[in-house]
Amino acid sequence: MSETSANVLEVRNLCKYFPIKAGLFSHVVGQVHAVENVSFTLKRGTTMGLVGESGCGKTTIGKTLLNLTPKTSGEVIFNGSVHLDQLSARELRAFRPKIQIIFQDPYASLSPRLPVGEIIGEAVREHHIVPDGELNAYVSRIMKSCGLFDYQKDRYPHEFSGGQRQRICIARAIALNPDFIVCDEPVSALDVSIQAQIINLLEDLQKEFNLTYLFISHDLSVVQHISDTVGVMYLGNMVEYADKKEIFARPLHPYTRALFSAIPVPDPTVKMNRIILEGSIPSPANPPSGCKFHTRCRECRGVCAQKAPKPVDMGGGHTVACHMYDPESGYAQEKN
Amino acid sequence: MARKDSNFISARESRRISRENAKITKKLDARLNRKHVPEREYLTQMHDPGNVVEFDDLHTSFFTDVGTVKAVDGVSFSVPVGKTVGIVGESGCGKSVTSLSLMQLLQRPSGQIVSGEIRLNLGEKAYDVAKMPIRAMEKIRGNVVSMIFQEPMTSLNPVFRIGFQLDEIIHLHSPEQTSEEVKRRSIDAIRLVGIPDAEGIYNRYPHELSGGMRQRIVIAMALVCHPRLIIADEPTTALDVTIQAQILELLRKLKGEINASIMLITHDLGVIAEMADYVVVMYAGRVVEKGLAREVFLDPRHPYTIGLMESKPVINKTVERLYSIPGSVPNPVNMPDYCYFRDRCEKCVSRCQGEYPPEVHVSDTHIVSCWRYFDDPKRGGNE
Repeated sequence: MSETSANVLEVRNLCKYFPIKAGLFSHVVGQVHAVENVSFTLKRGTTMGLVGESGCGKTTIGKTLLNLTPKTSGEVIFNGSVHLDQLSARELRAFRPKIQIIFQDPYASLSPRLPVGEIIGEAVREHHIVPDGELNAYVSRIMKSCGLFDYQKDRYPHEFSGGQRQRICIARAIALNPDFIVCDEPVSALDVSIQAQIINLLEDLQKEFNLTYLFISHDLSVVQHISDTVGVMYLGNMVEYADKKEIFARPLHPYTRALFSAIPVPDPTVKMNRIILEGSIPSPANPPSGCKFHTRCRECRGVCAQKAPKPVDMGGGHTVACHMYDPESGYAQEKN
Repeated sequence: MARKDSNFISARESRRISRENAKITKKLDARLNRKHVPEREYLTQMHDPGNVVEFDDLHTSFFTDVGTVKAVDGVSFSVPVGKTVGIVGESGCGKSVTSLSLMQLLQRPSGQIVSGEIRLNLGEKAYDVAKMPIRAMEKIRGNVVSMIFQEPMTSLNPVFRIGFQLDEIIHLHSPEQTSEEVKRRSIDAIRLVGIPDAEGIYNRYPHELSGGMRQRIVIAMALVCHPRLIIADEPTTALDVTIQAQILELLRKLKGEINASIMLITHDLGVIAEMADYVVVMYAGRVVEKGLAREVFLDPRHPYTIGLMESKPVINKTVERLYSIPGSVPNPVNMPDYCYFRDRCEKCVSRCQGEYPPEVHVSDTHIVSCWRYFDDPKRGGNE
């Protein structure tokens, strides 16, 4: 295991299909293409934002990366060489502390029957992160760095507010000294002022422990604030991936443009040039042919309904999956 | 021990509070449940006939077993005809309770309007909703004032068809209409909210529709009786950004078409900026700042408003670090007698030690409750 590998995570052509079962013997009648051909790399100490509408496969990516649900095909490589699905059960268990997840709902992800000290310390003890004698002091130190107080160790989750619970979830994740944390909508359930506290905490911890985040959110303004690179998902495909500055300054994919223009800006003098998408996201069990976005796309031409677009590199690591930018697709030759 | 903190009360104490509460709520409930109440009892005069509704020093409390929670503690603002008023604040600040007070949908018997007036303009006359018995209120609710809730799935009944649920409202408020007329009105309402296949949707069940479609149906239900005021309580919070854009566009369009006022409740400052003509900022059950949207957004005065705006990341505006308001909201059972925001405020002046600050007029429309602007409303004092 090379600890010094520059890329914490490499994902190549990741696919995840869920079977649709029906009938008495629940035979498979179809498949939900939750994630299809997603590839990206994540450098150490950076944050990648993953945005998209609900049902586009953001959370499935997060869970599949951590092998919480097994992937259908593709490769997920941690630290340059670790394939989770090739590890034995014992090796996987030993590697688990390195990869952690913070869930959206801090009310559902903490056991109501365990005091906070135990919630944070349990996995630390099991994985022998620190010698048993130092466990108590270690938990106190972790709690302090997450903005919790020592005396709260004996309290139960129901005694805390939403923001504090999310701090407990974060403390539980970083106590295992991880390399990589999947943050699955960590601030969506919180109020604006508490959101800011949690985002600042995540940023501070990233600097302190050199953490790498995959930040899943549907709130684009939060993603823009915290991320270094951004991937935009639509119906299981990553339609655009680029550096944060690049993607917000020059969104290329029609879906990205529509998504960005839909964000309300807290300034009444700004009149937005809004692109309103018609209809809603199609069912992933029965996705449209060709480019999945063509049913709602303004720039749609004949070729879009026939074949799926390939990701095109627009330079500087900015990839976009759209026929508009692919000179070989025949899009330009067609009449609108 | 952790249990011996300030919030702890003994079982005996809790029982005593509970008995006292029962006494108070029984009296208030009996008043509301009376059957034949003469109209003059709740008839009132609008202070400004250009308003649809005027909240005047409204106090709404919840009598719980751990003490009285003053969820709304002296709220005054008004909604002008044909305008959109946005109410913004964090969860628990009383923005939803304010609107539920207007609809008389508070969870009784614990939730009660204790004092204050809610003057509702019905055109030729005006009613004081705070004094209205529930029987009279049934004629107003859904007819003159209607409400759009946050979660479209929970506000539709899953076992009835969409058409039936729409027809029911019209039947209730216009019993003289025939079934054909009612059905036509329902289908018109579905069409009005931008659903192309109105007849098809009329026969569907709620679970067959997507979230955005359901919210459109809920909006259609709110509009079907041509209300004077629509209360939209977080209408887009449960929806995706692209669907949110559709729904906001729809609300804007409909407001012009049926000439109603909108009371928009949300915690999203972006949505408020886009939709609202007036903004009311609430904190811990009180209005801390109100004014025209331009005034409040471009020249926020109250430290809480400023903090709220700075703590939200904004697209295409990079900051190194987000501002976060220190501390958290005070315990709603034992509210302090000084400014509720003082303990979290970084701009305190010596006056803040005293009583709750009065309303200060920055301009004719822009009002802020903060001691810093008491002497010099234009600039604000610094000590």
